[in-house]
Amino acid sequence: MEEFTPKIVGARVKRREDRRLLTGQGAYVDDHHPPGMLHAAFLRSPCAHARITQLDPAAAQTLEGVVAVVTGKELARWVKPVRAASKMREYKETGFPPLAIDKVRHVGEAVAVVVAESRYLAEDALEHIVVEYDPLPAVADAEEASRPEAPVLHEDAGSNVLLSREFARGDVDAAVEAAAVRVRARFRFRRHAAVCMENRGCLADYNTGTSELTLRSATQCPGLLRDALADLLDMPEHCIRVVAADVGGGFGAKSSLYPEEITLCAVTRRLERPIKWISDRREDLMTTTQAWDEVVDAELGLQADGTIVGLRADVTTDIGAYSIYPWTATVEPIQTISFLSGPYRMPHYRGRNRGVATCKAPMGPYRGVGRPITTFVLEGLMDRAARKLNMDAAELRLKNYIQADEFPYKTPSGLVWDQASLTECMQKAREVLDYYTTKQWRIQARAEGRWVGIGFATYIELTGVGSAIPVSPGMPISTGTEAAFLRVDPSGTVTAAFSVAPQGQGHETALAQVVADALGVSLDDVRVICGDTALAPHGTGTYASRSAVLAGGAAIRAGQALKEKALKIAGHMMESNPADLDMQDSLVFVCDKPERTLPFREVAKTAYAGLRRLPEDMEPGLEVTRFYDPFFGTASSATHVTVVEVDKETYAVKIQRYIVVEDCGRIINPLIVDGQVRGGVAQGIGAALYEEVVYDEQGQLLTGSLVDYLVPTASELLPIEVHHIETPSPTTLGGFRGMGEGGTIGAPAAIANAVSDALSHLGIEINEIPITPDKLFRLVREAENAR
Amino acid sequence: MSERRQITLTINGTVHSGQVEPRKLLVDFLREDLGLTGSHVGCEHGICGACTILVNGESARSCLMLAVQANGAELMTVEGLAEDGKLHPLQAAFWEHHGLQCGFCTPGMLMAAYDLLQTNPTPSEEEIRAGVSAVLCRCTGYQGIVQAIQAAAEKLRARGDGR
Repeated sequence: MEEFTPKIVGARVKRREDRRLLTGQGAYVDDHHPPGMLHAAFLRSPCAHARITQLDPAAAQTLEGVVAVVTGKELARWVKPVRAASKMREYKETGFPPLAIDKVRHVGEAVAVVVAESRYLAEDALEHIVVEYDPLPAVADAEEASRPEAPVLHEDAGSNVLLSREFARGDVDAAVEAAAVRVRARFRFRRHAAVCMENRGCLADYNTGTSELTLRSATQCPGLLRDALADLLDMPEHCIRVVAADVGGGFGAKSSLYPEEITLCAVTRRLERPIKWISDRREDLMTTTQAWDEVVDAELGLQADGTIVGLRADVTTDIGAYSIYPWTATVEPIQTISFLSGPYRMPHYRGRNRGVATCKAPMGPYRGVGRPITTFVLEGLMDRAARKLNMDAAELRLKNYIQADEFPYKTPSGLVWDQASLTECMQKAREVLDYYTTKQWRIQARAEGRWVGIGFATYIELTGVGSAIPVSPGMPISTGTEAAFLRVDPSGTVTAAFSVAPQGQGHETALAQVVADALGVSLDDVRVICGDTALAPHGTGTYASRSAVLAGGAAIRAGQALKEKALKIAGHMMESNPADLDMQDSLVFVCDKPERTLPFREVAKTAYAGLRRLPEDMEPGLEVTRFYDPFFGTASSATHVTVVEVDKETYAVKIQRYIVVEDCGRIINPLIVDGQVRGGVAQGIGAALYEEVVYDEQGQLLTGSLVDYLVPTASELLPIEVHHIETPSPTTLGGFRGMGEGGTIGAPAAIANAVSDALSHLGIEINEIPITPDKLFRLVREAENAR
Repeated sequence: MSERRQITLTINGTVHSGQVEPRKLLVDFLREDLGLTGSHVGCEHGICGACTILVNGESARSCLMLAVQANGAELMTVEGLAEDGKLHPLQAAFWEHHGLQCGFCTPGMLMAAYDLLQTNPTPSEEEIRAGVSAVLCRCTGYQGIVQAIQAAAEKLRARGDGR
């Protein structure tokens, strides 16, 4: 394989996506109106846990404009049951019917669907469906749900504890118990919602003439959906096309297969008319996968000089009512115990987890999966240890980071960090902050009675995961490969199609940059198409910080393969040895006589001109598909540092500075990378200070609107200072590392540590997010009363 | 189904007429009846601001208005910002400063910014943040948006034109 030499890769190229999005010409699902289209509305359970004792759609079916009303039992005759399988031991597989059958397990679960001539009429008709529920006792707390006497959600599983697992290395109990310094705490992440600005939605259209089913969906994973739907609907896969054109945010929450997608596909085949469903915000907050809801009891042991000896932790994850396809309920819990050992040398470790079903929306992947809470826990313990040891928080971290000469480093859970810039990121972060001056300022401000603090968080994460490790443990689907399809037209323009499917990450621009460099054509000659299974080679989609690594690597392989063929044709045309030729900016030239050139468009034209014009035995045409599997994947790392002040009147946390120093390997487009980091931090700030999905004890959702679920506005946020250490990954093609999730991983930990620092004179240590003013007020009051 | 009403309104300088049910939301009328799909529906309860348009020169949530309430009104939507294929300075600045990622909030954000600069051509950073705080963006952290509005304000001032 030829070395990859970046030219336009690394440049701040303005995004190609933007013109259509800025002028109102985006093509989101809801913007499509095929002729004859019907609208769907779902009847949703008001009960958290209940038996459906009566469900009679007759009255609704007779209403004017209503075309069909379908219940779970009827739908079950048309689609196979959805089961999120995993080979993981200690995992109990459960069903997740697209429309409830006999029983509902969370508020908002779909019970029936109305299909009508307009959404207004469909919603009217919902009120005419006769439905009766016999309420069952609800469980809305994982601890309670795990008790033997708790009401069981899935009878066939026999218990609400649907999974458990342990990762261990060494003898952690002995190591921690013998440690000179021990710090322990119970940490908690409350339930979180992704809140994409575009709600979920889909449009299914079955063409009886061609037997083709087209699903347009606000999804991150068109390829994954196509595979799954072919099986569930028992249809030939080549008759299913899934399209995710413009998608309004995803953040993990649009990466799973959803009941509404299955329902619409099944019903459109029966009705032979297109059907659209667009979630409203309330439905989105009730039914889109939610994140976190975890409790971690963790203890860290260190030697007197600050060297870490071991970490032990027990984690309980509230996985909600259903195991989501394909990731299963293991996705967050297992990644939590996988990543908990963090960026530090960790001789002894044990992480144990159990995932418990409750009457809440299903838990699913969300930006950072597992890593936001593990960073929060471990970095929280590091600060507690620093205070106990009377050591500087940054120095304690520097002492314990995995060092440059220790890579590749195998973690206690078996992951391999290929390389990371932990020390460099911290040093740069301290420099940007001007740490010592800031510490002086902190002393002064505190002398004035102000509550100010500095908080660090370092993380390391696995990105661009290849086939060595499934994205979710024991999953029956493969997530380790992606492909690029490149076609050169006779005019020399290039179409590049990928199965990755962005929701704002700028793939059309970034991947065009990679193709342009790998093939040697000018950027304007490359057009990238993502998110359409009819055009792309097989793949799954965009999730788990994989697109730059997997699709970027595939683009390099495909571009280099095409270039090789193009230069052979050019050599034939120029009567030169292809080995003496190169191509840049769509111009072929002789390396040692650069004035001898041939436009690429002439080569492209010749490629299609037939055997008479081509080298002997060469197949005509100029297109190629190449797959890429990075196998282990590659590490990304960063240090975040923030300065906060807690308002002594309102107890609001005001962030004064927020600095990120990260290493995501070779940067394809700094504009996009900085945007991803800033956006990720913004979501982390939201999580740290404002956002919480709240269910009451009966499993009723109390945050069903954006009045109740608080997403930060421009007024709550500040400019995020982003700096890079750019170390090309030693293990991936192009040296790219994934970076879409990092901002969200570091922010809750850094902010919590800064608030703990600000209130350290009171002995307050933050162990739960969101850090709301009322919680801080209570903590301060308790601390003052205890004095 | 209730009786339809005839409405006539001007959108981006063009007169449109239609028959609508009294309960039909203005944003649904724009999107479904007129095919102006630039204005997006993000919450239908007036919080997210993706549907923000100008009604008689002032910003309004088109998800909180009925189409019949806009009868006789003059509306401006994101489709009316560019002139003859030339991007408005706000659009150009959003592009330059990476003021959008997924693009779903962008039409509402642009209209809120347009409204802000109409009333305050020289906003401070804090005023910009407050001015667009009625539109939620989940992707950008608002930094590119704030920079873009600052840049557009300068450009518009240099052009000597509030529009």
